[in-house]
Amino acid sequence: MWEVPEQQLPFTFSGGSDMSVARFWRKIPQRYNMIGTKCETCQRHFFPPRTFCPDCRRSGRIIDYKFAGFGTIVTYTVIHTANEQFEAFTPYVLAIVKLDEGPRMTAQIVCSPDDAKIGMRVKSVFRRIATDGESGIIHYGTKFVPSE
Amino acid sequence: MRDVAVIGVGCTTFGEKWSSGFRELFVEAGALALEDAQLSGEKIDAMYIGNMSAGRFIEQEHIGALIADYAGLATHHIPSTRVEAACASGGLAFRQAVIAVASGMEDIVVAAGVEKMTDVEPGASTDTLTGAADREWEGFVGATFPGLYAMIATDYMHRYPLTREQLAQVAVKNHYNGARNPIAQYQQEITIETVLKSTMVAEPLRLFDCSPITDGAAAVIVAPFDRAREFTDTPIKVLASAQASDTITLHDRRDISTLDATVAAGKKAFKLAKLTHKDIDMVEVHDCFSIAEICAIEDLGFCRKGEAGKFTADGETALSGKIPVNTSGGLKACGHPVGATGIKQVYEIVQQLRNEAGKRQIDNAKIGMTHNVGGTGATVAVHILGRV
Repeated sequence: MWEVPEQQLPFTFSGGSDMSVARFWRKIPQRYNMIGTKCETCQRHFFPPRTFCPDCRRSGRIIDYKFAGFGTIVTYTVIHTANEQFEAFTPYVLAIVKLDEGPRMTAQIVCSPDDAKIGMRVKSVFRRIATDGESGIIHYGTKFVPSE
Repeated sequence: MRDVAVIGVGCTTFGEKWSSGFRELFVEAGALALEDAQLSGEKIDAMYIGNMSAGRFIEQEHIGALIADYAGLATHHIPSTRVEAACASGGLAFRQAVIAVASGMEDIVVAAGVEKMTDVEPGASTDTLTGAADREWEGFVGATFPGLYAMIATDYMHRYPLTREQLAQVAVKNHYNGARNPIAQYQQEITIETVLKSTMVAEPLRLFDCSPITDGAAAVIVAPFDRAREFTDTPIKVLASAQASDTITLHDRRDISTLDATVAAGKKAFKLAKLTHKDIDMVEVHDCFSIAEICAIEDLGFCRKGEAGKFTADGETALSGKIPVNTSGGLKACGHPVGATGIKQVYEIVQQLRNEAGKRQIDNAKIGMTHNVGGTGATVAVHILGRV
């Protein structure tokens, strides 16, 4: 497992109803670096990661797998009315991206709403996702940008 | 297994009910259902309550007990159980009540649904609803519920012939029906223009493609079919109860524009009832968004994949059409108090089958269907009810 060094934990809990520090922190490898998983028994890749292979069940052997971060837009929307934490970003493109390794994931696409289209090639980038209020933690994670 | 019948139904009006709290809502619906069945409360053996998120909407958990207490049944010590499956909570509560009676474990069982959504800011209620999807891998990255259904719409319109106007017709038709339903949140007819000029929410979905935030409660009472005539002259038989699940995220679905859980639950229900879609006189489907009704009527088999837009525009889903869809006004116009919706669908079908649906009555209605979805299709409950 990819270990989180202790010095990477500068966050303080905002005390609100937002995501707690522990809940955010424990998924940092997955959210920052696209560390997913892979079943060695059937070679199926998982992102978002799974710790149990739905195909092989108990005979599955799950290991960590670093995704290359390249994919294709399957479908998308442009969000105009967002949840509170995302209001500052509207309008933004939200898409389902099929990663080259197989799995699909939901992510924002950093591009003009007019440019997004089905079949567009994209690559992952590290970006700020949201903020829990003025003094809360800043959520970083993966967005995608057009790659061609 | 015993045959099961609905012997009483009740429903509050739906809307932004500022003067009614959570307790008043379910007490009103329960009292109406008991009155309808001419039943006194002490005859009730058990209750199942559909509720998505009292914990976040009114910061109250343990509502099975709360409801039993305020229904005056605390001293009877009956089992009272909350059932949660996001927007399908009501449909699952009904199914649990049916199972309890069918199994012989209980005789007279209340299935209710309640949601009080306007005691929090609108932003907080939409955020709570996001919990019906995957919070970690959909909500966290900026998905909203309209956004997820909008991605279904984008995929659908890319692959099948569905125009923006045909999609709007779903809302126009449901408002027409809502205007003929005294409990509906919106009793105004609208035009395609109304939909196309409304605020953009998540492309291509606009405000009038979306179901509203609603307060409301509904209750139905089920009993063994062979005892039903002790309580009512018009028992409505439960011909099938089916439930299916699918991946919690939209992105993991086999096909973005097909709700496989709807297909599975629909097929199972038809098989159990030994019926086909041709036998259904009207159906209440889960139109949380206009595109959801398009997918639902296809996935249940009322028309072929890709044809629901034309089917709707041709009037086949209207009150006078081949298969009237959402005679109540659906979630769009009748309102969508999430935990109550699945029970309200049963309430509507029972009214139709008893010939009590007033201006929206379907002639000679004998068999009706309900279709209740949780999330973007991770849970689906389908029921078939019939007049006997």
